[in-house]
Amino acid sequence: MSKHHIEMTINGRRHASDVEARVSLADFLRDDAGYTGVHVGCEHGVCGACTVIVDGKAVRSCLMLAVQAEGVEVKTVEGLAAPDGTLHPVQQVMLDEHALQCGFCTPGVVMTLAALTSDEKKPSEKQLLAALSGHVCRCTGYQGIRRAAKKLAGLDLGDAS
Amino acid sequence: MKAAPFDYVAPATIEEACSLLAEAGGGAAVLAGGQTLMPLLNLRMSQPFVVVDINKIAELKGVARADGCTRIGPMTRQCEVITDGTLARDLPVLVEAVRHVGHHQTRNRGTVGGSIVLGEPAAELPATAVALGATIKVRSIRGTRLVPATEFYLGPYMNVLDVDELVTDISFPDWPKGHITLFREVAQRPGDFALVGMVGALCVGGGGKIARIGLAWFGMGPTPIRAQAAEQMLLGQALDTIDPEAVAERAITDTAPFDDHHASAEYRRTVGKRIFARMLREALKSREAA
Repeated sequence: MSKHHIEMTINGRRHASDVEARVSLADFLRDDAGYTGVHVGCEHGVCGACTVIVDGKAVRSCLMLAVQAEGVEVKTVEGLAAPDGTLHPVQQVMLDEHALQCGFCTPGVVMTLAALTSDEKKPSEKQLLAALSGHVCRCTGYQGIRRAAKKLAGLDLGDAS
Repeated sequence: MKAAPFDYVAPATIEEACSLLAEAGGGAAVLAGGQTLMPLLNLRMSQPFVVVDINKIAELKGVARADGCTRIGPMTRQCEVITDGTLARDLPVLVEAVRHVGHHQTRNRGTVGGSIVLGEPAAELPATAVALGATIKVRSIRGTRLVPATEFYLGPYMNVLDVDELVTDISFPDWPKGHITLFREVAQRPGDFALVGMVGALCVGGGGKIARIGLAWFGMGPTPIRAQAAEQMLLGQALDTIDPEAVAERAITDTAPFDDHHASAEYRRTVGKRIFARMLREALKSREAA
């Protein structure tokens, strides 16, 4: 039952802590670091609600140990909007297209779309829609989310990592 | 849904990892991409006393060409296979198969070796290794051995690895330039394991005859299954004499599908024949067009 000292950057801030080996990155982000925008749904990698950006890539934070995140840069949904509250473009299109209802799956969807549209990647509509297959939403019927993703196709939204 | 307690070690070299596995004597779980192990830990279906994380071992990563082979480090992430320019040219079958593994988000961490070692019978990559004739290199403190992918799998999630062994290398033999990629699967949703699937490659030699072929089924039995009956029927055949339906009828004789809550064995056989014939017909057509 080893304990480990880890340090990582979360939404631009250094965060250091001692953590038990068995703690997932999702639980660490929520319980230790306080980023409760990371939603824990199925805890076995199916639902996508816990998706965060680790070193520029969208990953399931329930399928990674916190101790493995030593030295990485993590972005959660809390880190997307500008300090003055201006929404990130992905958040804005989600709002414009009514792409959420209860909001449980939303942070995961947003982080996947943010990761794919960052750093001059300019993803195609097909790529964005395919990546949505990694998220389960139980209330929107997906049409709003798909519209939001289509709007983002071909856009470069700058640095989301 | 929280993992039981365990110790965690992250060795930096293969030697260290092998020593740790030998020491643990079967009580260790190897953590590669974690896209299957983490669910098993969270569900407490797996309760190792030590997790050996091999993510820090640089030698296990990357793609290299050597001696008529493409060598894939087992810790190569699935997302890297999709974006690798040399693989698109040298091993397009693997690239096509990886596109069907899980989702964008799981491919960002999931590894080629992780999927191949796990041996889920309905997974794409174990069948690809079997179809293309890959060789799996295995290390332990006792030494090194090479296992053909066709002899690697014993049953669902069961392989020939001993508890102290680690896969360090997966080598795919070169297929001639211009070989044809064969891939077809039926799954309930994108990213799901296949209900029925088939992967392989063929190349056409002089006289329009099939000079080389490798085919394997997935989701059609307890392990990936080499489609030997179909291979034998097709090898040396002139393309214009092939009857895809007849070959499909033979190909299905190698399978041993089962009933489960997703589909019946009968469904799998029916759909298996259908997709096999269609895949072959399209491959022949693409060849005519070329």
